[in-house]
Amino acid sequence: MQKQQIMCKEIESFDFQSGGEASSNLKNILRKLGVNSDLVRKTSIVTYELEMNVVIHSLGGEITALISEEELEIRVDDVGPGIEDLDKAFTPGYSTASNEIREMGFGAGMGLVNVKRYADKLTIESSKENGTHVKVLIKLF
Amino acid sequence: MTAKELVEKFELEVIAGPNLTVEIDGAYCGDLLSNVMARAEKSNLWLTVQGHQNVVAVALLVEISAVILVEGFEYDEQAIQKAEAKGVNLLKSSDKCYELAAKLAASGI
Ligand SMILES: Nc1ncnc2c1ncn2[C@@H]1O[C@H](COP(=O)(O)OP(=O)(O)OP(=O)(O)O)[C@@H](O)[C@H]1O
Ligand SMILES: [Mg+2]
Repeated sequence: MQKQQIMCKEIESFDFQSGGEASSNLKNILRKLGVNSDLVRKTSIVTYELEMNVVIHSLGGEITALISEEELEIRVDDVGPGIEDLDKAFTPGYSTASNEIREMGFGAGMGLVNVKRYADKLTIESSKENGTHVKVLIKLF
Repeated sequence: MTAKELVEKFELEVIAGPNLTVEIDGAYCGDLLSNVMARAEKSNLWLTVQGHQNVVAVALLVEISAVILVEGFEYDEQAIQKAEAKGVNLLKSSDKCYELAAKLAASGI
């Protein structure tokens, strides 16, 4: 089934001003497309967690959303520095966020756990050289 | 109960009130954004000590009926502007989180 791109947005490192815009945009787009509100909510949470990880932990990246009759695909690609230990990163409570970031309420170490919980399928590839690449599929039915 | 009725009943301060006719259903207390996203439910009030703009982004995604900043903390200017623009209610209380939560619970929220 052919997928259609419905959003592509650049994310800048440490841009807390626009952080969340991609998720918020995607939410509006999905609503307009008539996607049911539980799925919109799930997708928004997944996108926000990944978007803020790019803002907080990476040097910048991009979020792309695609849709077909059956599913939604969210791709989040950044340019590095990569996740050293993926098993650790998916452990509830594990976070390398600084104190400054934690004071804002990030750094619970629950972001990737939330993403995994809401994704129907999750693939993640990460390396120092190529950055982090996340693909999430969410079934529409 | 609507946000407007809540403000009157509990003498809350309205810092941004673009959507005060919204209905309230339950409440969530927490300051870690990932936990709020995982556990807060649609139409909940959200009691927190975080007053920066990311709170507005999370409130919007989770469809929080109103944020209540407790214990006399202040919202950032950027948070207030974003809330007005996006339709998120920002309220304030000088009560401690537990005190306000207890009052809300006693009134059936
Ligand atoms: N895009 C990324 N680039 C580099 N490191 C990352 C990236 N995303 C996550 N990480 C690493 O994985 C850890 C866990 O990520 P996760 O989103 O679960 O928690 P967090 O961002 O630290 O806190 P929270 O999401 O709860 O606010 C991070 O602390 C960071 O070390
Ligand atoms: Mg995170």
